[in-house]
Amino acid sequence: MEKVATPSNATVNLSEKPEGIEGMGFFATSLEKVVGLARKNSIWPLPFATSCCGIEFMATMGAHYDLARFGSERLSFSPRQADLLMVMGTIAKKMGPVLRQVYEQMAEPRWVLSVGACASSGGIFDTYSVLQGIDRIIPVDVYVPGCPPRPEQIIDGIIKIQHLVETESLRRRDSPEYKAMLNKFGIE
Amino acid sequence: MEGSEREKVVTIIKEKYGDEILHIEAPYDFLTITLKKDRIVEVIRFLYDHPEMKFQYLTTLGGIHFPELNQIAVMYQLHNLVNNWRIRLKIFLAIENPIAPTLTGVFAAANWLERETYDFYGVIFEGHPNLKRILNVDEMIIFPMRKEYPLEDQTREDKNDSMFGR
Repeated sequence: MEKVATPSNATVNLSEKPEGIEGMGFFATSLEKVVGLARKNSIWPLPFATSCCGIEFMATMGAHYDLARFGSERLSFSPRQADLLMVMGTIAKKMGPVLRQVYEQMAEPRWVLSVGACASSGGIFDTYSVLQGIDRIIPVDVYVPGCPPRPEQIIDGIIKIQHLVETESLRRRDSPEYKAMLNKFGIE
Repeated sequence: MEGSEREKVVTIIKEKYGDEILHIEAPYDFLTITLKKDRIVEVIRFLYDHPEMKFQYLTTLGGIHFPELNQIAVMYQLHNLVNNWRIRLKIFLAIENPIAPTLTGVFAAANWLERETYDFYGVIFEGHPNLKRILNVDEMIIFPMRKEYPLEDQTREDKNDSMFGR
């Protein structure tokens, strides 16, 4: 992060510019890096909150922890416009198909953050009615442990997602490996 | 509910349905009558219409599995809202063939409660208008609250008994 002094003496953090060749009036870099930079700092999350982890997420969105600092202040309640699916809470087996449908409705590129023990592994609910981890039905990019995790941990998960978003190759989603991975979940 | 009031209720039921009664007890002062299953709806209807009984509110209805008896009980809790009397009625069904008559003709509220009892215990309520699962996924093939089924999810591979000292 570059620190820029403003007239009022406050410091404002700007994103670092990617590697490139610079000269008078031009700056050349790869498209991938620019797209990564833009995507990373404007993630639209879709909150799929089913229990107490959702309450922690509300704190994360609030003024004190302020997820807006990471460019994610705009929640998308339509999966079609969302970049990041945040699953927060216990997913009952009956909720499984709903979650899957939400994931399928999201446009590529899409990422999934599994927040809390329940979403990641079923948590304490090792029982006939609870899905033992959402990675049984959809692919997950980052897991956040905790029961529930503190807002700092959720932010840490978001930062890890940001790192994935920034460094992801533009061709990754077209690769046969990626398609094979989706096929494993029965998603075409 | 005072002891004298319990006796009054028992007397009135015995008068008309003495043959149906299998057992009477009052655990924690809660009058509990075990009945034969065939005329249970008739008995509840009688308690509903009787001018002194007026058990016109169905508090709840549910199943209980007794693996050692090989039986499933269906328990009804009725409430007289005028005198604030409560009564519990039980019927026992064989686990191989758990068929009970539906109570939906007397209490519309029994509809979802009987669906729940079917969902978790597999009790078939004859005459029920829409007897299908209500809480669990439709694809479920077991009746999970029966004690013959383990509580824990059986698809976990990362857990084994040695982790839990058993």
